[in-house]
Order: sequence, then C-alpha cells, then structure tokens
Amino acid sequence: MKLFEYEAKCILTNYGILVPKGVLVNDHILQNESVKELELPFAVKSQILVSGRQKAGGILFSTSIEQTKECLKTLLGAKIKNEIVGRVLIEEKINFIKELYFGITIDRNQQSYVVIASEMGGIDIEQTSIDFPQKIIKLPVNPNKGLSFSVAKKIGAKLGYTGISLKSLANVFVNLFQIVEDYDIELIELNPLVETAHGNFVALDSRIIIDDNALFRHSEYRKKSFELGRELGSIEIEAKKAGLVYLKLDGEIGIIGNGAGLVLATLDIVTYYGGKPANFLDLGGGASVEQIILAMKFVLKDVQVKVLFVNILGGLTRCDDVAHAIISTITETKVTTPVIVRLLGTNEEQGRKILIENAVDVFDNMEEATIRALEVSKGCR
Amino acid sequence: MKFQRGVGNTGILIDDSTRVLVQGITGFQGSLHTKFMLSYGTKIVAGVSPGKGGQKVQSIPVFNTVKEAQKKHSPNTSILFVPARFAAKAACEAIACGIKTIVIVTEHVPIRDTIQIIYYASKNGAIIVGPNSPGIITPKSCKLGIMPGHVFKSGNVGLISRSGTLTYEIAYSLSQKKIGQSTCIGIGGDPIIGISFIECLNLFRDDSKTKAIVLIGEIGGNLEEVTADFLKNANFSKPIVAYIAGRAAPAEKRMGHAGAIIRGQTGTAEHKIRAFNNVGVQIAEKPSDVAILLRKILDT
Repeated sequence: MKLFEYEAKCILTNYGILVPKGVLVNDHILQNESVKELELPFAVKSQILVSGRQKAGGILFSTSIEQTKECLKTLLGAKIKNEIVGRVLIEEKINFIKELYFGITIDRNQQSYVVIASEMGGIDIEQTSIDFPQKIIKLPVNPNKGLSFSVAKKIGAKLGYTGISLKSLANVFVNLFQIVEDYDIELIELNPLVETAHGNFVALDSRIIIDDNALFRHSEYRKKSFELGRELGSIEIEAKKAGLVYLKLDGEIGIIGNGAGLVLATLDIVTYYGGKPANFLDLGGGASVEQIILAMKFVLKDVQVKVLFVNILGGLTRCDDVAHAIISTITETKVTTPVIVRLLGTNEEQGRKILIENAVDVFDNMEEATIRALEVSKGCR
Repeated sequence: MKFQRGVGNTGILIDDSTRVLVQGITGFQGSLHTKFMLSYGTKIVAGVSPGKGGQKVQSIPVFNTVKEAQKKHSPNTSILFVPARFAAKAACEAIACGIKTIVIVTEHVPIRDTIQIIYYASKNGAIIVGPNSPGIITPKSCKLGIMPGHVFKSGNVGLISRSGTLTYEIAYSLSQKKIGQSTCIGIGGDPIIGISFIECLNLFRDDSKTKAIVLIGEIGGNLEEVTADFLKNANFSKPIVAYIAGRAAPAEKRMGHAGAIIRGQTGTAEHKIRAFNNVGVQIAEKPSDVAILLRKILDT
C-alpha cells in the first residue's frame, strides 16, 4: 500500500524526524487562517502516488497567498502522470545547504532489508546511481540485529559527517529503521533529506509503501487501502475487497485465471494470437465458489468484453467449484456473453462433466481454448 | 547454504524416502492436500495443529507441537498450510526441531516475517522453499505440495518456477509430449523467497538423472537477470530452456527510486529474455514451445 506524502510525513513526525511545516488542502477555497501559521514562500505539492511528480509539473512554488491560490487552481483536479490530484500539501519552502538521499527497502537477492544512502540526493538520484555508483552506499541490514546506532553512524560518516551533525543524522537513520519494523515497510525513502544552515536534517519529501500482506497488523491503514482515489478505481477496490486482483485493460477478451503467472501467460497468449485482453483477473489460490462468481461478474460488467475466457489449472482451486460458479453466474445473470473454459487439475473430471452437461465450451489445452475464445469474440459460434 | 541431500540419481530435494510432516494439517487446505499427497504415495508421517493434538487426519496422527511429532515419527521435511499470520512461528518451530527442508505453501506471508524465517533457516542449515510455493514434486516418488499429480510424468527434465499454475501448465504440456520430469520445484512468487533459481540449478547440475532444465520466470524483480549473471561464469553444461510470463502486461506504476537503485533497469520481460539469450538459455515464446525446444535438445 502506497502512502501519500502527507501520510508518510505524519509517521516521520511521530518518530522525531523533522519535516517542513505544512497544511493539507483539498478544495480551491484557501482559508487564510489555515496557512497563517506558515511562513512564505511555499512549496505547493500535489499528492499523488507516483514518482516523477516535480518533473511533471506537480510541484509549484509561491511567494504570496494570491499566488498560492493560483497554484491550487492549477493543481487540484489536474491529471498528473495519469493521476487526478485530489489533495495538495502546502509547505514552507526550506533553504538548505545540501541534499541527501536515504532509503530502506527490501533486497530480493540479499533476502533482507537494505539501506541506501547518498550525498547526492534529489530528483536525479536514479541517474546518479548509474553515473556515479561510487556515490551510492548500499548496506544490507542484519535481520537479527536491525540497524544499530553504530552502523547508522558509519553510514553518516561515509556521507562526510562528523560530530554533532553525524549523531543527529544517525538518529534519523535509526528512527527510520524503527518505522520499517513498526509499520512493515516495503519501501521508505527520504529524498531529499536536506541539511539546513542550522545543522538540522529535514525530510523535504518522503515515500512509504507498506507491505499489503502485513496490513492485518495495521488496521488503520488497512481501512484506508480501500479508499477511492488511492491506487485503484472503484471496480478494482471492489475486487480487492473480495480477495481478487483485478486490473482493467483496454481490449475485449475478458480473462480470469488462477495464479499471477498463469494469468500473465494467458494475456501473453491472447496477445500472441492477435487478441486484446480486457483485463487481468487473478483468483489467487483456492478461490471459493462465491469469489469466482464475483470475479465473473466483475469482468462481465465491462461492456467491451465480447468473450470471457476462464483459464484454470487447479491446485488449491478446485475445478468442480469453478464449474459450479460458472453455471450459477450464467443462470443468475442471464448473461449472453459467451464463456470459454479451460480446466485442468484438482477435480477436473467433475468440473468438466458439469460444464458439458450445461453446454459450456470446455478445453484442457490452453492454446486451443485461446484460439476458440478469439474466434467466438469475432462472432463465430 | 550447503545442500547435503538430494545428490543422486532420483531428482532433487525429495524422493521416496522423504518423511513428511504437514503443519496446519487440520485446516481445509491442509487436510484436503494431505489426502491428495497420500494418494500420490507421499510418505506423510505426522501432522501438527496447535490445540488439535490427538486427532487424526486421513489416519495420520496430529500433534500440538513439532517437537512431539518429531519425537515419535522423525520427519525430515515439512510442508506448511498454516494461515499467513502464523507462518513465521510455525516455520521457525520446524527449523528449531531440526527439520531441514521446509516448503511454505501459505500465501500472503508478510515480508518482514519471511526475512526472519530465511535468516533463522540459514543459521540452522535448513532450506526454505517459498513462501507462496506450490511445492516440489519428484514424479512417481514424492509429491510435496498442492500440484495436481497427474499432469507430471517421471523423466529427466528438471523444472524450476516462480509461478505455481504455470508449472502445472508447462509440466502438462511436457508430459503430453512424453518429456518426463526429474523434479519440479515451485520456488514461490513472493518478492523474498528462500531457495532461488541459482541454488536449484546447482542441485540439478549434481543430479545425474537430470539432463536438461526448464526455468519459468515472470516479470518483476531481477531473479532472472541475476541467474543469467550466474550462468555467465558458471560453466553450466546442462541445457536450459526458459519461459518468461508477462510480455503483454502493462507497465507497473512506480513510486520511489530505491527499487531502481537496487535492481537497475531490470524487471521487464524483454530485459529478462535478453539477459537469458546472452548466456545461451533458449527462450520459449509460448508455454507450449518449451516442449518443442526440449524435444530438439534431447534428441540431439
């Protein structure tokens, strides 16, 4: 689950990490009182969940209240990197002497968390990591020990700090790792983390992604993850609530499968034979009859869908459950969209029998089923 | 990690002498797949479900703890069906009791928990397969997982996969073309997993039964690229065929830079295919092409 910048900064503040003073605004009418505590100039920042905001014009600067209102008009409701801006964060613009980068994420190869730090922070950090790899510090975190103060100090020293500023920088790092542990963080990033003339370290921007699988330990965020205007559209949210992964695409071949790999392969094969997938829908492992019915309804809601291709290889998922779900969806919704089914695996005999008895096209070979689905989508019955 | 077992002529990691413990045996999936594994011929010796000790599932005795099960039935391998929030505790319990191969079928295990499991396993010389793994099958000898047994056929092709259902898909099409498998391993689809492509490749290299290997990858992460890097200097003599799922998938919306800094510009199907092509791994364009490529390799 991706957090908005203002949400990430709330967490940082609770862990003693400095962030610029700011207010969150979600409508055009800027109440003067709301920003009267803030000192001009301001940074006016659209709250969207995708990188590259500044380069795409999502961050503006203002030197007066009037100008701030203009900025709000420009940003609120605008589409930036394909996301509609619903909230804007107005912050005091901070003067600084240096921009650092500091992040913690998971490293698949090290099978642990990894700290990434650089004395060349800012929006070009990815290019920096290619052009000046020696300017990037990467350090796996021992799963048993975590990020200790002494290791944090070593990282700070490598960034060129000593004395009191080294201590306060190391504290930022240690607190950040505490956030990782407390919130089941997949990614936390301070970029830039700036050093001010007063020797303070302030996080000007922050990104946080919480591990979706750990949201059961963070009920507040679990609830928020279903909010509209976050990452998903309304249909995707409904699907998520039902334990399904649905992603709307542009084509006309509706696709349901079990397991991300198989669904990806189904998309590939449909594309290979010249079709256009209407969606990605992964039932996951061991979907219930109810979940499969819901999944079919999601896909069939899409008016572009000309055929529904259900591709199942039963492991945890039982083919007889799938067949029951298909038949009851067809009878219940009186849907006329043709359904092509591929069934193989756990309880396939029972599943196939049910479908054949109800005159639904069923295959055991994925490519034959795909070719048939494409024929049907072109009107060949 | 050192691998002691599985060196022989019967596939890798599991064979007909494997003594299996099922953790979470009384749950819906646990009991159902205990039944399927037993009917395949897998030697399940005990099950564990806290609070359910004394019961029987498919005539397999159930214990409250791994320790009790270990004392009475000495399993050497465990398979986990426990709910995600208890997976770390269950896996670590098995490791603490000296079980050396642990397959985690459970989906949605939090990453922080997985990191702890893998760390603890590495300290104790245990192998973790998964999480989110369909399991391992050595056809005709042992099925340790949720895969439909009948799509597999005994033979000399090793198969390693990040995806469960794609494993069945490709094994099925191999079997249809009379290309049997030595062992098939689903290493799991999560960002952080225990045993990786490279460790499995090393096991297959030492297995005299295995003549060729299939790698099934998918978009995301850089496991395929890292494996290609390994193959560059590994002097790996057995032929490898790979299929990468996700050519037609839409690009992911990215947030944050850390991923790109750690992995570079990796992750797309094109990038993975190029990496494999560069080190002589043959690429199947469709799942069914894997069998066609293998047939050519095995016949020459």
